[in-house]
Amino acid sequence: MVETGPAPRRTNSGPGRLLIAVYLLFAIAATSRAGLQIATKFDEAPVAYLLSGVAALIYIVAAVGLARAGHTGRRVALACCSVELVGVVAVGILSLADKELFPDETVWSQFGSGYGYIPLVLPVLGLIWLWRTRRTPA
Amino acid sequence: MGPMTSAAAANSPVDGILATASIVLSLLVAVWALVAAVRHRPPDRLQFVGLGVLEVVLLVLSVLALVAVGGGDRPGEPGAFFGYLVTLVCLPPLAWVLARMEPTRWGSAIVCAVCLVAPVVVVRLQQTWEVLGG
Repeated sequence: MVETGPAPRRTNSGPGRLLIAVYLLFAIAATSRAGLQIATKFDEAPVAYLLSGVAALIYIVAAVGLARAGHTGRRVALACCSVELVGVVAVGILSLADKELFPDETVWSQFGSGYGYIPLVLPVLGLIWLWRTRRTPA
Repeated sequence: MGPMTSAAAANSPVDGILATASIVLSLLVAVWALVAAVRHRPPDRLQFVGLGVLEVVLLVLSVLALVAVGGGDRPGEPGAFFGYLVTLVCLPPLAWVLARMEPTRWGSAIVCAVCLVAPVVVVRLQQTWEVLGG
């Protein structure tokens, strides 16, 4: 798609709104899961539950970043998507290599297989979306 | 799945015809919305009506679950159960609001995505009711 005008496309409409919707769903899923785990059985797997909490926070901030759509919003979203991608890949590898480290599931375990691998696909889609809506040089 | 499971299932307020209806309805709306998205159509009246009916079904399901809990029945994992229940009834309104904000094919895509998630949450809800020995 070639942009006709010099103005950057907003990240919060069109496909971006779908992306925000999915981020919101994951924010809800991860937040409630992490909240419950931390509140009820934190001692069983502190690393996994803290990680769930961090993942939840990142999904929330990414959704807000995409929805705010301004310069800052884009940078926030870019940072979140990058951290997410690194996180899901790192945790995916770690959870396969060392099961002791994550005795209970997190959103990112096994590359997000418990969530249909959407946690792996989502940051990639986010980065592609940010790239396609980037400010075109005038 | 043994006799224990069917006994638990018989007591489960979220494992009846209503839960099945919500799953089927949600998937129907998802397919309809997907067709609309593929055809570059914004969310149509039928999608919004579908979301409305789905919400009514889910609210009735929630009331039945609360009545069962009030009557002394307990879900296997109460925390997770109520978490899923609250999430579930919020899904159709979320899709509704976002689809209203996005009167393009992507609005239909949002309705499709949310309506694909809802059945998963219903199934998880059923699982958190009937936990047998962890």
